[in-house]
Amino acid sequence: MIHDTIAAISTPLGEGGIAVIRVSGPEAIAEVERVFQSKKPLSAAATHTVHYGFIVNKETGERIDEVLVTVMKGPRSFTAEDVVEIGCHGGIVSVKKVLDLLLTGRTRIAEPGEFTKRAFLNGRIDLSQAEAVIDVIRAKSDRAYQIAMKQAEGSLSARIKKLRHELVELMAHIEVNIDYPEHDVEEMTNAFIRTRCEAAITEIDRLLKSAEQGKIMREGIVTAIVGRPNVGKSSLLNTLTQENKAIVTDIPGTTRDVIEEYVTVNGIPLRLLDTAGIRETSDVVEQIGVEKSRTALAEADLILLVFNGSEPIHEDERLLLEQLADRNVIVIVNKTDLPQQLEMEELTRRIDAERIVRMSLQEESGIDELEAAISAIFFSGQVESNDLTYVSNVRHIALLKQAKSALGEATEAAESFVPIDMIQIDVRRAWEQLGEVIGDSVGDSLLDQIFSQFCLGK
Amino acid sequence: MGYVAGEYDVIVIGAGHAGCEAALATARMGCNTLLLTINLDMIAFMPCNPSIGGPAKGHVVREVDALGGEMGRHIDKTFIQMRMLNTGKGPAVHALRAQADKFQYQHLMKETIEATDNLTLRQGMVEELIVEDGVCKGVVTKTGAQYMAKAVVLTTGTYLRGKIIMGELMYESGPNNQQPSIKLSESLRQLGLELVRFKTGTPPRVHKDTIDFSKTEIQPGDAEPKFFSYETTEAPKEEQLPCWLTYTSPETHSIINSNLHRAPMFSGAIEGTGPRYCPSIEDKIVRFADKPKHQLFLEPEGRNTSEYYVQGLSTSMPEDVQLSMLRSVPGLEKVEMMRNGYAIEYDAVVPTQLWPTLETKLISGLFTAGQINGTSGYEEAAAQGIMAGINAARKVQGKEPVILERSQAYIGVLIDDLVTKGTAEPYRLLTSRAEYRLLLRHDNADLRLTPLGHEIGLISEERHRKFLEKKERVEQEIERLKQTKVKPEEHVQQMLREAGTVELNNATDLITLLKRPEVSYAHLESISPSPVELTDEMKEQVEIQIKYAGYIEKQLLQVERLRKMEQKRIPDDIVYEDVHGLANEAKSRLAKIRPLSIGQASRVSGVNPADISILLVYLEHYNQVTAAKK
Ligand SMILES: Nc1nc2c(ncn2[C@@H]2O[C@H](COP(=O)(O)OP(=O)(O)OP(=O)(O)O)[C@@H](O)[C@H]2O)c(=O)[nH]1
Ligand SMILES: [Mg+2]
Repeated sequence: MIHDTIAAISTPLGEGGIAVIRVSGPEAIAEVERVFQSKKPLSAAATHTVHYGFIVNKETGERIDEVLVTVMKGPRSFTAEDVVEIGCHGGIVSVKKVLDLLLTGRTRIAEPGEFTKRAFLNGRIDLSQAEAVIDVIRAKSDRAYQIAMKQAEGSLSARIKKLRHELVELMAHIEVNIDYPEHDVEEMTNAFIRTRCEAAITEIDRLLKSAEQGKIMREGIVTAIVGRPNVGKSSLLNTLTQENKAIVTDIPGTTRDVIEEYVTVNGIPLRLLDTAGIRETSDVVEQIGVEKSRTALAEADLILLVFNGSEPIHEDERLLLEQLADRNVIVIVNKTDLPQQLEMEELTRRIDAERIVRMSLQEESGIDELEAAISAIFFSGQVESNDLTYVSNVRHIALLKQAKSALGEATEAAESFVPIDMIQIDVRRAWEQLGEVIGDSVGDSLLDQIFSQFCLGK
Repeated sequence: MGYVAGEYDVIVIGAGHAGCEAALATARMGCNTLLLTINLDMIAFMPCNPSIGGPAKGHVVREVDALGGEMGRHIDKTFIQMRMLNTGKGPAVHALRAQADKFQYQHLMKETIEATDNLTLRQGMVEELIVEDGVCKGVVTKTGAQYMAKAVVLTTGTYLRGKIIMGELMYESGPNNQQPSIKLSESLRQLGLELVRFKTGTPPRVHKDTIDFSKTEIQPGDAEPKFFSYETTEAPKEEQLPCWLTYTSPETHSIINSNLHRAPMFSGAIEGTGPRYCPSIEDKIVRFADKPKHQLFLEPEGRNTSEYYVQGLSTSMPEDVQLSMLRSVPGLEKVEMMRNGYAIEYDAVVPTQLWPTLETKLISGLFTAGQINGTSGYEEAAAQGIMAGINAARKVQGKEPVILERSQAYIGVLIDDLVTKGTAEPYRLLTSRAEYRLLLRHDNADLRLTPLGHEIGLISEERHRKFLEKKERVEQEIERLKQTKVKPEEHVQQMLREAGTVELNNATDLITLLKRPEVSYAHLESISPSPVELTDEMKEQVEIQIKYAGYIEKQLLQVERLRKMEQKRIPDDIVYEDVHGLANEAKSRLAKIRPLSIGQASRVSGVNPADISILLVYLEHYNQVTAAKK
């Protein structure tokens, strides 16, 4: 079976650690060679060898990262195709750049579960694992779909929709000229097409700029720190970030607004949200804070629920425990340095023991246990690495770039008097790629547009 | 009162554009064929516009011809006007359109059918299908005649439970006041086929002598007409007739607006879904209220008739309103209306019940083609007709079915759309429905399909030989242009100056020159003529294949990428319910459509890429398991 070449980040992302980009397919070696600078050319490399060098954008000369590249030729590889793995040192930003660079060539981003699928289809994975393979594909696709849906509500998506609408209007106009040549609609000229395409390119450039600044989406597993006032939530944030970002006082109700920080725990990126302590309050400002805490709670992928070990469990906390029954929760019992009053038996009845961490933030104990608990949840797959979110961001950028280049070709064609039906090929491609960004299927919408925009008939 | 009246290989019911192609194909492929139709005077009748072709539709006529069908040859002999449309655009969308002498067309088709071996033509109204154990065995007519067959092709157009509607008037009827087919529709429903109600319409016809042509604009045919059929070499001897262009007036619009309460479109009398691309004039005026005027083309219906078709004025308004509408149009102030326009409602088979061979999934041996499948247009009907005929014959003969790919023909696009996606309105082909428009050109229909037509047995040896010769000469000429270099000599520079492009600095091959937008094949010929004689069609082929090579390759690459998906077959006995991990919606949609390939499955609505991945893994598993069992 002929396959194209695919790439994806294959290890969880972390700032300190090494992230690996896996490339698989008939052109894997050539594609990596295109961006790889080393003593010996990669194409001459023997199978199962590791090579030191740099990932370089050979067009601009920009050196992106210092890497170790492993070459595994098919069929002795995970997918039974030629596989190249790039171990990047430089953390999130550079991994992303390396992948971006790869995707400017003939490599495309892998679909969820595609490596596993290829491994299976190429006979590398046992028959008995077929169902497991399917589950991986299903789970990853569903997760990707959820992320896409989430994004579809955002402002990026609104702008892309508008852009697509302008393109589909243009396309409908071109199509009417083709399919109804004798109708009295305005003749489509190359000059007109050119202006429209150029306007679209300008807008894509704007989108790309904001995408690259990371504004499209923040990265990291959304992790909310919640609990009653004064249990030590802000202290936890400060300990994890090793900075004094949040104000810590002995006055309950100190934190009034959501504080956001990024940390990595064992290579797992977390977007930490410190929230106002949840309680009934008559203070208007605090009420707003509590409201925000609840929103953060609803959106979080992972919840760190903090208790004060020196106090008995409060009714509000019982309620929270109930509400969070189906969620990814780690319970932190803080202030173990003080005499304990908290009913541990009750907690262990409600929560798995490995999900409960006892710590004293004041004495900085229990931190390793907390990190271990987070990793365990993460690697068991209960919290999906948001590398899908992240990859979908990379994928967006790649698609936006492709759409831009398609429109560039259309503009060029329009300048050199290429007939409109041929220019349409490129316009349509751009429109489809933009659709992929927001998960809009191609469907019948072009025809719908033709018939609603123009009055046709016999 | 029933009696056994005969036994055939194939029975075709309805001699419209689909039925004629179907019956001719089966007979020519060696099947003893019976063609039954309600009225022998209505064979290949054009109940609506007197024209054939146009964008996408003209392409289809070329394809039918390339496969060995008849529509192209017949319109070439009976046209009264021929125009090549879209000549200012790319070669892929050039489209031939003919005005037909609709009466002559009919007569000629009847003659062809009567003269064909293996083909029996008989008048009769089929009222019932004979089906045993899910297999279609024959038909029963109104007179009690039972005809038995191994395959039956239903091509009944808009006759099924047809109903004409005009203003307050409504009556059961086929098109043009023909007898409708009421009982057959019931029979199909009882057999378990799902039917939908569609609607279409036609404008009034007027008397030529009452038109003031001086107030209209003349629309002549091409001085040098091109033809649909690759076999036609000569035009009919008679002069071409022009059409005439006029427009609705503000008065037309106000007449319509003040009579909307009498329009069945808006009074609720019409239940069927009409096509968006072919709205009635009242619909257009309501939906596009700000458009001050609409084009109307006056088209002769034939040489020996005074009837003119008023294209653009399809309507189901009451007769008196139709007349005042007509008379409000410049040039038609004193017009006599000879036939009124009307809307017609009819039953159609939901086409997702068909295999891509056009055989019904429910009843083996029963094929449906044409307007009964929810399409509109003579060309779309003819295309389905020939394919249903080919597949019926091949089934009878125990051969593999023939299914055209979307990248191979508009016919492939048409049938795949119908059986995979279905249609919510009468389906019309448009070039924008084809994703590989540049490959499905008007000029290369023979290259795409004639070898297949020959293999099937519908293209004669003689024609095939000519085709191969054309192909070879084109290839040789392209090779020669690749090999031949010209130096910057004066006669070359002069040609380039004349073409309006820059002069040469170095020796250059002819292919590179031809790729310049300003340079045509004719220019090259003036400096380096081909050593062997080439026809105009061959030269055109050379030019297109070279000039647009870049774009063509892009599309070929796309096709290549998807090919493996198209070729990956899905076994007949797959139980989607058992496919672990498939989304529920995908399960139910796939179980209904039962796609033959992964490619087809991916086009079923509600099936997403993850479902396709899962299906691929499942199939691999399935194949390994079945292989292990053996
Ligand atoms: N003894 C002891 N005190 C602690 C510990 N952790 C935090 N504290 C103290 O508890 C008090 C409250 O800590 P914060 O981190 O502000 O608590 P919070 O949950 O953010 O409180 P609000 O923002 O008011 O909801 C401070 O005085 C901390 O110094 C601990 O492990 N042991
Ligand atoms: Mg706080």
